[in-house]
Amino acid sequence: MSLRKTSPFLWFILPAVLVITAVIVFPWAFTLWMSLFEWKIGHKAVFAGLGNYTELMGNRRFLESVAHTLIFTALAVAAPLVLGTAAALVFNQKFFMRGFLRGAFVLPMMATPVAIALIWTMMFHPQQGVLNYLLSLLGVGPSEWVYSPRLAIACLVMVDVWQWTPLVMLIVLGGLASLPADPFEAAHMEGASRWQTLRYVTLPLLMPFIMVAAVVRLIDALKTFDTIYVITQGGPGTASETINLYLYLQAFSFYQIGKASAVVVVFFVLVVALSYLLFWLREKSKYYE
Amino acid sequence: MNAKLKKLADRALLGLCVLLLVSPAISVFLWMLSLAFKNDVDNLAYPPVFIPHPPTFNNFKVVFASGPFFQYLINSLVVSGCATLTALLVGVPAGYGIARMKARKLMMTILIARMTPAISFLIPLFTLFQLLGLTGTLTAVVITHLVITVPITVYIVAGYFETLPHELEEAAYVDGCSPWQRFRYIALPLARPGITVAAILAFIFSWNNFIFGAVLAGRETRTLPVAIYNVLTFEQIAWGPLAAAALLVTLPVLLLTLFIQKEIVGGLTAGGVKGG
Repeated sequence: MSLRKTSPFLWFILPAVLVITAVIVFPWAFTLWMSLFEWKIGHKAVFAGLGNYTELMGNRRFLESVAHTLIFTALAVAAPLVLGTAAALVFNQKFFMRGFLRGAFVLPMMATPVAIALIWTMMFHPQQGVLNYLLSLLGVGPSEWVYSPRLAIACLVMVDVWQWTPLVMLIVLGGLASLPADPFEAAHMEGASRWQTLRYVTLPLLMPFIMVAAVVRLIDALKTFDTIYVITQGGPGTASETINLYLYLQAFSFYQIGKASAVVVVFFVLVVALSYLLFWLREKSKYYE
Repeated sequence: MNAKLKKLADRALLGLCVLLLVSPAISVFLWMLSLAFKNDVDNLAYPPVFIPHPPTFNNFKVVFASGPFFQYLINSLVVSGCATLTALLVGVPAGYGIARMKARKLMMTILIARMTPAISFLIPLFTLFQLLGLTGTLTAVVITHLVITVPITVYIVAGYFETLPHELEEAAYVDGCSPWQRFRYIALPLARPGITVAAILAFIFSWNNFIFGAVLAGRETRTLPVAIYNVLTFEQIAWGPLAAAALLVTLPVLLLTLFIQKEIVGGLTAGGVKGG
């Protein structure tokens, strides 16, 4: 009976299921299969079992890229969460031209990443870059920016924060719009100050939305490619090489398809594990509230 | 009087906050404009020149002279257009189906696809296209762009169909309308705003995509983001033309975002979606 009832709708989703199987599910399965082979494009694939994986675990460059990815991600999640939540609180107020200004604030995340990465590259230039000029106005000496191995990741985080804070703002703003009015009225009646209302009413109520934003941001930060590729290409040396950059190099510069597939699998496990960790932390923190 | 003063101070503080938030966001784009309309001497001057004086269109001429820019523009339009149309064709009915029969597995697949980096789709598809002799063709690029456009479309459209009231469709059901008729004549017209937003976002994220084209496109089949990266960065290091090309690629997206920011904001908030 239930099958009869739902089957007409199956025809609606069938085309999408076929397309998704072809371009999404098939690549996943194929990747998993390829990761078991020692395979360079143009050569014969030789079965290697888990050889690619054991090799990765002892590969210093890969492990460093994991560390770079974790540092980059931690910073590129934390900073936009704080700034984006603050921005949402501001954009939740009513003011002149709010819609237009909100649109302007969202521009960085909609703009073509390659285009803005090129502009940031020019801004970072140690001699002619506008950022060093701005520093000099503040009386600070010139910086090497992305040309310094020590600062490269921090600079890339800066670009990422600039680009993706708007997304956190949008998610939290959506949350603010859906909050019930009663707790705020109660807080007002009790004579809570604005700071107290924010700290003990608004933020706790917003927590679920901030967590959603955190997960979205975590996934996107781990996946960051375009800006890093255009601005530093993982350099100087390998100072800002993330897993994604390492992966690209293995796959499309060295054509080590088998090894690259193993990197994808490890990467994917990392994404899922970190997402779960965030959910787990959230669940755990609930008991202490 | 005191209350009035406090209110005034509040407004001033709010204005300051807005200024602090919006100015970093737009200043990079203003700098892009400045670089694109200055001559080379001014672009390399230190201290930097901020306002182009007089503004020059020379950089744009250099861009168009440096390669088949119109060809790349057409490539981009074809790739994003085809990928978006295909996504609508399969994604809108799927969104309806999902909303009506709660297809959790398909939705889960789409969410996991959202978590997977673009390169992981590229390696198998690249290998496959090599076997089929499709690398370097627009077809290959269009197929990979479906990875971006289909999930966005399904996600947003399914969400929109779920918000539609069921009563009309139930009445049509009682009157003997088939599921297809209910979809075609009732749900589809009602869902037009949601479908429009999905189409626009799918198109923008496909338009912005770099990596699929960078790996799969040949010299003649490059999309715009690949073209500005490849052609201009390697063949000349002049900042003016580079900024002009960057501006040409991203300006349509920026204008679209500003003009229909309300719809775009709504669509983005719905799923926290992003392509690639």
